[in-house]
Amino acid sequence: MKNLLSINDLSHDEAISILDTAAELQKLTAGTVKKLPTLRGRTVANLFFEDSTRTRLSFEAAAKRLSADVINFSAKGSSVSKGESLKDTAQTLEAMGVDLFVLRHPASGAATSLAESGWVHAHIINAGDGTHEHPTQALLDSFTIRKHHGIGRNDFSGVKVAIVGDIAHSRVARSNVLLLKKLGADVTVIAPPTLIPHGIESWGVQHSYDFDEDLASFDVVMMLRVQLERMNDAYFPNGREYARGYGLDESRLHRLKKSAIVMHPGPMNRGLEISSASADSAQSVILEQVANGVIVRMAVLYRSLGGPDIASAGGL
Amino acid sequence: MNEILLKNAIALDGSIIDVLIMESSVAQVGVGLETSGEIIDCGGLRLLPGFVDLHTHLREPGKENTETVLSGSQAAARGGFTAVSAMANTYPVADSAGVVEQVWRLGKSAGLCDVYPIGAVSAGLEGEKLAEIGAMAESAARVRVFSDDGKCVSDPLLMRRALEYVKSFGGVIAQHAQEPRLTIGAQMNEGSVASELGLAGWPAVAEESIVARDILIANAVQSRLHICHLSTRGSVEIVRWAKAQGMAVTAEVTPHHLLLTDESARTYDPIYKVNPPLRSMEDVLALRAALADGTIDIVATDHAPHSDEDKECEWASAAFGMVGLESALGIVVTTMIESGLMDWQRLAEVMSYAPAKIGGYEGQGEMLAVGAQANFVLVDPQSEWLVDREALLSRSRNTPFPGMKLTGEVIHTIYRGKVVLRNRKVLSYE
Repeated sequence: MKNLLSINDLSHDEAISILDTAAELQKLTAGTVKKLPTLRGRTVANLFFEDSTRTRLSFEAAAKRLSADVINFSAKGSSVSKGESLKDTAQTLEAMGVDLFVLRHPASGAATSLAESGWVHAHIINAGDGTHEHPTQALLDSFTIRKHHGIGRNDFSGVKVAIVGDIAHSRVARSNVLLLKKLGADVTVIAPPTLIPHGIESWGVQHSYDFDEDLASFDVVMMLRVQLERMNDAYFPNGREYARGYGLDESRLHRLKKSAIVMHPGPMNRGLEISSASADSAQSVILEQVANGVIVRMAVLYRSLGGPDIASAGGL
Repeated sequence: MNEILLKNAIALDGSIIDVLIMESSVAQVGVGLETSGEIIDCGGLRLLPGFVDLHTHLREPGKENTETVLSGSQAAARGGFTAVSAMANTYPVADSAGVVEQVWRLGKSAGLCDVYPIGAVSAGLEGEKLAEIGAMAESAARVRVFSDDGKCVSDPLLMRRALEYVKSFGGVIAQHAQEPRLTIGAQMNEGSVASELGLAGWPAVAEESIVARDILIANAVQSRLHICHLSTRGSVEIVRWAKAQGMAVTAEVTPHHLLLTDESARTYDPIYKVNPPLRSMEDVLALRAALADGTIDIVATDHAPHSDEDKECEWASAAFGMVGLESALGIVVTTMIESGLMDWQRLAEVMSYAPAKIGGYEGQGEMLAVGAQANFVLVDPQSEWLVDREALLSRSRNTPFPGMKLTGEVIHTIYRGKVVLRNRKVLSYE
């Protein structure tokens, strides 16, 4: 696996293999020595055209635990429009000896453009492109779900997952839908009609406007961050009404199965899509997602930069 | 005296004829004609009226790095066009007599086809107040077609006034139908492909609502409306309804909307980024049927040259548009003639007679007859050829058809009695 641009790039077996690699890495780094020498001498560049401290730190931690050198580039929208083009930036960094780009970009398809255009030869991991995909987030989410609901299983059949919130503008939702379907889970996306994308029929998932209807049947409830700016574009009237209809408040938390887990990719809007009681409850695995993020990104970096399959090689 | 004999060409009705051209017009039509001048063997070639394009962007003045009136005229000659219309979104905008006369003069000095400037509807394409429509109409360029193309005249009052104003000289408003509020940040056709790619959707209703509105406004003020680049099945149905009521509306379709669909966006290659966007196969089939049955009147290329810099980037940052003059005939033959939807008579109608009539372009789109202007294109209907991106005569390379095999090739183009394309080579001035 040279690049990871979309979950569509992965077969079912490749996805499972990444999750297995991550599980091995988790065991190997569980002790006091967290660092492995695997990527010594390789350079990973975090190429961030959009603010995302969490994702950048997670990739940075992952790369450093594999002993790679890490350089960071960040540019906000403004400097990009001043002519800081994706092509020039990537070529400049590659000339400095970068082996792999971790790309976060506000334009959907930016990672694909960088990979398909021939501008650079380095490997590319998509760390979020516009409203398209965020494949490592989906992998870490499935890694987390697997630990709770699918131990030892290579398919998620029978696992019911609800993804709730701004589906239309969510790269996390798109990648999760693709991966969860690939793994066999039963997925429902839930949002007000304005935040369900036109053309959802082709996604091959159920969609609902009613969060309460099947609330007690879900094994996983994945809450998405809702951007308050959406109010200005008339997607919903205000935060209170949104929270009443689609927020995971205490009452909804109590109606979940006891075995159900609550997920959120962060950063959370407490009191909007998720209440503090839910975010901090025993059913919440939100901090575990953060920890798993580093592990899964280690696995992805490792696989991309050509290491052997850790799981099948029986460790390092 | 300039004398050219076109020998053994296939006429629209399928008969084999000779055409004798003297100076800029047709002197004789018949069989077994002779000349002491030049003879062009047209055996196996179809004789068609020179094509007329009601919709191109020639980028001059202002963006000469992407196209000039001369390079655009060369591309036109290569494509079989003897008249092209140059949209107003130049720098400065063609919203005054000075700019349209400049474009008109540049066309004259290129001398490869008629270049008709299209005037802006609103000053600076701002959509707020009328451009100097009367001055442009009275200028040497005698502008008759007005459009803010690239932008929609979205204010219904301004649209009404423009439609009324052009009645005094028989003008027409060519509308780029796009409700701006429904297309904020829009990147591609709204639908399942856009939802999967996470690109903001350009919904069909944003076009259809303006098409319906403007048909009603034009009818209310009894003026002429032309709708640019129709792209949806719904727009076709609305135009069909309007024509059934006898309303004075005409519509165009581009070659790329007859062939490509939004599936091509899956590559994220902005070569496929265009406005209006490529739609679904259902829309493509509806457009083809509408072109064949007369609901859509003409083919227009919306030839839109862009530099590599404006296309070598992520999709959202890339410019909208694709070049089309040099591949238009091949696309129309491949999609409409080869498929049996349309015959050559209809092709002459949609690529020459009808657009010349809409634009009021004198000496263009004339029936073959003694005394008519000698604007002809000779087409090899059987020739299969590959679109070669590097060989385009346009200054820009943004064709969405590179390497595609098309049927039907332009061999010679004759513009007002002058051979401007001879055996696929454009007349060059050194």
